[in-house]
Amino acid sequence: MLRIENLTVSVSGKEVLTDINLEIKKGERLAVLGPNGSGKTSLLMAVMGFSGYKITRGNIIFKGKQINGLSIDERARLGMGIILQRPPTIRGIRLRQIVDIIKHNDFDTDKEAEGFNLKGFLDRDVNLGFSGGEIKRSELFQLLASSPELSFFDEPESGVDLENIILVGKVMNQILNKNKDNAALIITHTGYIFKYVKADKGCVLLDGKILCFGDPERILEEVTKYGYEGCVTCRGKKMKRKSRVKK
Amino acid sequence: MQGKKNEKEVPGKEVDIKSYKSGAEEKPYMEDLRKISPDQRKNMLSSGVDPSQRGRSGTYIQMDHSVVHSKSLYPGLEVMSITEARKKHKWVDNYFWKILSVDADEFTKQAELQPHQGYFLRAEPGVKAIYPLQACLFINENNIIQNVHNIIIVEEGADVQIITGCATASDVKRGLHIGVSEFFVKKGAKLTFTMIHDWAEDVSVRPRTAALVEEGGTFLSNYICLKPVKNLQMYPKAELVGRGAMARYNSILFAHPGAHLDVGSRVILKSEDSRAEIISRVISGGGDIIARGHLKGEARRIKAHLECRGLMMREEGLIHAIPELEGSIKDIDLSHEAAVGKIAKDEIEYLMARGLSQSEAQVAIVRGFLDTTIMGLPSELQKVVDDAISACEQEAF
Repeated sequence: MLRIENLTVSVSGKEVLTDINLEIKKGERLAVLGPNGSGKTSLLMAVMGFSGYKITRGNIIFKGKQINGLSIDERARLGMGIILQRPPTIRGIRLRQIVDIIKHNDFDTDKEAEGFNLKGFLDRDVNLGFSGGEIKRSELFQLLASSPELSFFDEPESGVDLENIILVGKVMNQILNKNKDNAALIITHTGYIFKYVKADKGCVLLDGKILCFGDPERILEEVTKYGYEGCVTCRGKKMKRKSRVKK
Repeated sequence: MQGKKNEKEVPGKEVDIKSYKSGAEEKPYMEDLRKISPDQRKNMLSSGVDPSQRGRSGTYIQMDHSVVHSKSLYPGLEVMSITEARKKHKWVDNYFWKILSVDADEFTKQAELQPHQGYFLRAEPGVKAIYPLQACLFINENNIIQNVHNIIIVEEGADVQIITGCATASDVKRGLHIGVSEFFVKKGAKLTFTMIHDWAEDVSVRPRTAALVEEGGTFLSNYICLKPVKNLQMYPKAELVGRGAMARYNSILFAHPGAHLDVGSRVILKSEDSRAEIISRVISGGGDIIARGHLKGEARRIKAHLECRGLMMREEGLIHAIPELEGSIKDIDLSHEAAVGKIAKDEIEYLMARGLSQSEAQVAIVRGFLDTTIMGLPSELQKVVDDAISACEQEAF
């Protein structure tokens, strides 16, 4: 569904992602792990087409089509959707208005909002005075309404209390299970969300580069034990091993 | 030492009163408002005045210098021309220039020396009208001056909504409107006053307005000016003179290219526990806007807030926000916030990530910016305002 080839991205002239290669197949969930500042959010923003994330090299291919030059809304209409960590407040635009524009016909806004504890927020200016948990619920609610084929989750568990993590996990599954082909790119630095949402494969992003692919829970175990620094050492060992073999 | 620039006492661009015709053709009185021409009807409707009078408690219509209709449809509400009111009630004279000064500027002087009618609207004590009263000041002849003096009295415990629409005939290009208005909101009364300006591109406008709000009274003033106008300057003032009185000014303005709008609101909180709010949303689509606001706290436990937000849509034009807070005793709470800028890119992109095109996102943000739900407008008036906002959006992008 999504193929990223040799993607290099810079922000304000500084390279933040280098030579990224990854693929997400239909129905697949890829988790990208990495510490703060490793380039995870930049990866999502660049793939979604946000300004300020300049692609200097490489390709983004979605459903067989190269989308490097498409605008954000064109990508959204092709079937991509995103939840942001820090969405802007827009005065005068109610959450309900956005949902009414993006929702599928069978989406019952009021009924669904109840399940999200968002009933009282529908007629409030979007994100104005929302707490961290409320923002997360509002973002997921919008994503559920539009039900994209490929969802980008940027730190879905950050700023959310335990009770809400369960809800976040439930909704993510609801979005992803709506259609067997629905796929996801989940970004996390703690990995807590794996308790509730299963990822099929994982990778580590460090300093804008992908270090390794593997089983996400396994990667998380290693990271918990050795920290992300361990990834560097591990990678280093692998490289040494490789070079020895070559010799 | 550098000399100070010679600043004008009255802000706003200069207007040459003498360049306008002082006389206008007499228009006949119309008992039946169906006789109003389709063109005039259309222009009145776009300023919120409905000649069919559906959902209205009474109507006053003045064309140029002639009163063409004035009638109350609700017991306890008086609707008439100011001349008639002065004849009917001797005491009306006591309300003349009570809270405005006749010699404040050349425009107040002009309104006194060469009056062309104006309306008198009054709600008797305790009268609570369900439907709003409407008043229309219409300029039908090109190049004339229209000087009106309006008096609005809401007696004790009464509650009334008033819609005032100021408009011009389609073929009017140039004109000058001077509107003196004095509002009296008595003890425990409530007045919701909504004024929509729908002028022509080369019309100059000088409203001169003041309100006096007594104990427990509420004065809500909504002002909407989204259509082209050449040159508008006003700085209405409310004085809260009774305990617990409240005033709120909401304004939404759009300055088309070449327009100069100098608009503010001022509230003087003279009584304990009185409250005020001044909220303005202004957009420059190429024209200049000076958005003023002034809160003056003179009594204990008063609370007031001023908020001005401006959006610049083009490279040309100007928004100059001038908020002023003035407190002269302790135990008061005055605050303000002001912001001028363009539409934030992150807001546009957020909506685009939801699938809205860039222009749809911009329109939605501008519409949200000019949020009028706070005004509490009757539904059909809300529709008029929404249509005016839609027309503006076309202009803005």
